[in-house]
Amino acid sequence: MTVIQEFAKHPLAKYLRLERFPHIWCEGCGDGIILNCFVKALDDLGINMDKLVVVSGIGCIGRVAGYIKCDSFHTTHGRPIALATGIKLANPKLTIAVISGDGDLFAIGGNHFIHAARRNVDMTVICSNNFNYGMTGGQFGPTTPLDSYTTTTPYGNIEHPFNLVHLAAAAGAVYVARWTALHVKRLTESIKKALQKKGFKFIEVISPCPEIYGRRNKLGKSIDIMKQYRQISQIRHGYDPAKAEITKEKIIVGEFIDIEKPTYGELLQKQFLKIQKKVMGG
Amino acid sequence: MTMQKEVLTGKHLMQGDVACAEGAIAAGCRFFAGYPITPATEIAERMARRMIEVSGMFVQMEDELASMAAIIGASWAGAKAMTATSGPGFSLMQENIGLAAMTETPCVIVNVMRGAPSTGQPTEGAQQDVMQSKWGSHGDYGIIALAPASVQEMFDLTIECFNLAETYRAPTFLLADGFTGHLWERVVIPPPEEIKIVERKKPLVSPDKYIPFKPDKDLVPPMAYFGEGYRVHVTGLTHNEHGYPKTDDPKIQSELVHRLSDKISKNSDKIVRTYEFMLEDAEVAVVAYGIPSRSSLNAVKRAREAGIKAGLLRLVTVWPFPEKKVEELSNNVKAIVVPEMNCGQVVREVERVAKETPVHFLSKIGGELHSPSDIFEVIRRAAKT
Repeated sequence: MTVIQEFAKHPLAKYLRLERFPHIWCEGCGDGIILNCFVKALDDLGINMDKLVVVSGIGCIGRVAGYIKCDSFHTTHGRPIALATGIKLANPKLTIAVISGDGDLFAIGGNHFIHAARRNVDMTVICSNNFNYGMTGGQFGPTTPLDSYTTTTPYGNIEHPFNLVHLAAAAGAVYVARWTALHVKRLTESIKKALQKKGFKFIEVISPCPEIYGRRNKLGKSIDIMKQYRQISQIRHGYDPAKAEITKEKIIVGEFIDIEKPTYGELLQKQFLKIQKKVMGG
Repeated sequence: MTMQKEVLTGKHLMQGDVACAEGAIAAGCRFFAGYPITPATEIAERMARRMIEVSGMFVQMEDELASMAAIIGASWAGAKAMTATSGPGFSLMQENIGLAAMTETPCVIVNVMRGAPSTGQPTEGAQQDVMQSKWGSHGDYGIIALAPASVQEMFDLTIECFNLAETYRAPTFLLADGFTGHLWERVVIPPPEEIKIVERKKPLVSPDKYIPFKPDKDLVPPMAYFGEGYRVHVTGLTHNEHGYPKTDDPKIQSELVHRLSDKISKNSDKIVRTYEFMLEDAEVAVVAYGIPSRSSLNAVKRAREAGIKAGLLRLVTVWPFPEKKVEELSNNVKAIVVPEMNCGQVVREVERVAKETPVHFLSKIGGELHSPSDIFEVIRRAAKT
């Protein structure tokens, strides 16, 4: 029996395009864990896979769209949220999940992120934050910690990183959470919550990159990085995202924001009915 | 439910940009994403008002990168989708125009061309983005571009753009210019039943038998929408017929990229449209597209009055380039005159095809149209050689 045949017996295998496996991710990468949590969430919720669209950008996690058995779009670098906006607004009945990386969503795609959050377009955005551009061999990005080593910060990083949960909250996201790849059950629950909630939802997942970022910064193997997550992560639901900066000593995780706000689609529908009434009445 | 008329049948005094928006709605466009830019803004403004009336979707995006991405997404969600811009925005769109070409996404991009490069002359018309519309995104791919010369054609050719985009699953451009976009003229909008509308070719097989990027004989694959149960994977990477990335197989890259060009070039006889005026016995022919063809027609008439056997070939389709027409013409005339509002773009194509026949180029940039006498003078000189 081949590995894939063995794999096909897994209860979650029906959510995956098995012919696309093995995946491209390195041993110890957190992206597989995120995929696992995502499909577990789909299974728990009984999501209609014919009405789900997964959109991803460029980078290691970008390949995830091609692994999930639903309509999926692997877009240009940085543009998954803009493309997903078009899908959602053209067919509001679809459930949209954008799964992409820190560089894709917050460097080249940062503008689309803040504006989709501001508009409150109904979509769930999951960011695999591995602190560097892994696919191109490990360059620094918008979340790389100060003093870290990457191929383009050979003397240490001198750029201040984004605090993604603070950024998302400030831009208007109605649900903001952060977990690490260690928090499999909590992450799964968070994804479930996000998929059921209306509006722009954001989940950051701190994800180990042992082969590239980890190696250059002497973080050890994936298991060492996971141990580190366990030691320094603190669950603080409702914590002020502005104060949830990631440091070497501390990763605050949890649900930071969970509010209600009319979505773009809801406001549009309201406007549509108002105009319809006016035209009919006049 | 439709509250307002989708097709505004009747005679109107209308601005070019507005006629373009009405043409899109008549063609079935129900998704517009855009970003304000002179001289194309009026298209977005009209769409903002009209889309909601016809149960369509208007969204103003954060930039043109996003606008182009949004119409690709909307097209895959099943909507006929359009954006409108001018030079600076058109440059930003190139990235995702390549994505639309690679993923065979039907969509219409209106470029109301203005003086360039860079920010250039926002309020002046030009034809400086013609080569960019063919070659603007990286790589080889086929596109279609039509050039309107009147407000009526802003309406008619926008419909034609949608029909071609849907037929060939390729980004299709309305290459207008700032003069035509801002021009007010009479427009006759026919009743809906007289407007030819083409719908997208859908798969005729069940999802388990559907191969999303396997082309039919016309080289165009049938397209399933997101949400219909076909569970299609779409990627900008080189992909096989199943839509899955396959970037290390020379045969797959070669077949895919050749097909993206071939589906346009090999169907060019069906796509290309030109108009001919007084070419039967012509010795000097003007080859023009867009608004300079109007001054050209006047110049040709004036030349005839002066006893010069002149004629006009007007290219409605700029891309694919009407090679056969121009080649045939070059065999029948002594000289060709090409007026363009740029420093020489389509003239290069004419020269390539015309071979031995002398080609006289007449450039006009800066915010003025060619006057008929400008063109007449070149016709007269060409007739003497």
